[in-house]
Amino acid sequence: MQEKRVYLDNSASTRLDERVLEAMTPYFFDTYAVATSEFAYTQGIEAREALDEARLSLAKALGAEPEEFVFTSGSTESSNMALKGVALALGRKKGKHIIVSKIEDFPVLQSAEALERDGFRVTYLEVDNDGLVNPDLLRESITDETILVSIQHANQEIGTIQDIAGIGAICHEKGVLFHTDATHTFGRVLLNTRRIPVDMVTVSAHTIHGPKGIGGLYVRKGTPLSKWMDGGFQEFDLRAGLENIPGAVGFARAVELITAEENKRLRFMRDHAIRRILKEIPDTMLNGHRRKRLPHNVNISFHFVEGESITLHLDMHGFAVSTGSACFSRSLQGSHVIYGIGGDHERAHGSIRITLGRYNALEEVDAVVDTLADVISELRKISPLGKEKYGEEV
Amino acid sequence: MKFPYSETVLEHFRHPRNVGKIDDPDGKSMEGSPACGDMVAVYIKVDPDTKKIDDIKFESYGCASNIATGSIITELAKGKTLDEAKKITWKEASDALGGLPKIKAHCSVLAIEGLRSAIQNYEERHGLITKREPTTLETVRKRLRKVMNPIAGLDLVRTNLVKDIQMKDGTVRVVIDLPKNHQFAAAIKEEIDEKIEPLWDVKEVIVEFTD
Repeated sequence: MQEKRVYLDNSASTRLDERVLEAMTPYFFDTYAVATSEFAYTQGIEAREALDEARLSLAKALGAEPEEFVFTSGSTESSNMALKGVALALGRKKGKHIIVSKIEDFPVLQSAEALERDGFRVTYLEVDNDGLVNPDLLRESITDETILVSIQHANQEIGTIQDIAGIGAICHEKGVLFHTDATHTFGRVLLNTRRIPVDMVTVSAHTIHGPKGIGGLYVRKGTPLSKWMDGGFQEFDLRAGLENIPGAVGFARAVELITAEENKRLRFMRDHAIRRILKEIPDTMLNGHRRKRLPHNVNISFHFVEGESITLHLDMHGFAVSTGSACFSRSLQGSHVIYGIGGDHERAHGSIRITLGRYNALEEVDAVVDTLADVISELRKISPLGKEKYGEEV
Repeated sequence: MKFPYSETVLEHFRHPRNVGKIDDPDGKSMEGSPACGDMVAVYIKVDPDTKKIDDIKFESYGCASNIATGSIITELAKGKTLDEAKKITWKEASDALGGLPKIKAHCSVLAIEGLRSAIQNYEERHGLITKREPTTLETVRKRLRKVMNPIAGLDLVRTNLVKDIQMKDGTVRVVIDLPKNHQFAAAIKEEIDEKIEPLWDVKEVIVEFTD
């Protein structure tokens, strides 16, 4: 085992920024009251003010009003809230049809499947080989019964960024609500709700060096959304439960700390990694769109080798990355995203995702590519596939 | 820090034994397919007189447990007679590796099958095999014993997930006692198809789930 470990799975989780922790600390030790106690005592007022300030800052980042930003426990809850909340509000009144893309992340997909079991009809939109939704296909799929379209801003695995402005325009032209899961774009790719016709946006802090357990849902004013979790009257009576004030403060701070230079640096490292891997390791292919892509996402399939073996070998060299291989997944199914973009089992089996973050350096990117080249070559030597090419004696 | 894999598994994964191909083998097999995930190739050299496995090599297109099991079975089988080697079970391989995570059973059982198929291949080539038998419910059940229930790490039959098997005119219908939307439903269906379809007189496999 190496001493220094290099974390390259920043779409799964990120290292907390010390400045975020610093902003959060007083709300654990000094101002730990609940915001709903504002009429009872001073600490409650301070808590309320902190929550309001965080909300204002996050709403601003989305070009929204503070009343349009609801705190949740993370993107899973946000997306559940969006899909199930709209289904509850409009299912009986307007219709029971929902449209999602095939390559959505699990909170959206599983919420859609849960609604399907409850009698809703769900269209799982096909995407092209880069992962992009076809706007014409979307337009054709919308019926009078359609109440919601949920299409992600960028994909969690392959990083492809959808044209949500175009998608939103179609939805609104047809009078249908539009939700987007922006878990992986928030802070990294601009999303201004004043310019983009979107009704709900899922965001989270855990992908941007903020704390885990805090996220949010942007809800455009007037959006019919039923309360889904019952309890108190918090969050404009949309989300019951004690406010996570340290989390909210940390989330806001995490967003403030992202700079355009940082995103540019990530993009540079991303392109460097992709260029080197495709050039130096034979029989590889990039998954996802080359340009319309998250600035920190690299996803490559290596033929003739299996992803879990690659990740384990990389781990022994100190690198943490992820794979879409069936062997790695809890359901023993290969990545639905790779299948969704027309990839076969083999492509999913040998896919590796590297996602960069604030604490990664270019030297680390070079180091992981060097190691990857060795690991792939070793594994190909023991693989029964591609023998004519890599079959030299071990 | 504790890895889900034992030290022995990791050791065999890092340094697999008897890796590669035997040119001109006496028996060989390729189990699995790129379409279903892992693959294992097994090559054997057999002493014609003693029927002992003189040499054995394997190749793997798979995850750590697949590679480690491939490695351990070559060690277990080397020097054994074909009849002895045929009887090596997944449990023995798993024990020799210090245990495998339950969820990984399906990746590792492939290596055992690879060994058995390589032996079968040898027997077929050397006229040691009897004629083709028609598929019976018992044949199907036997094959289903090779399909792992990832929830338990044991096969479908032993864990009572096989509710019913029917056979008619080459169509095999298997009813699995799990809801259709269960986490492992798709993976289990795929594996059943894979195991039953190759039977020479089976035309169609239908897997049904209970609700």
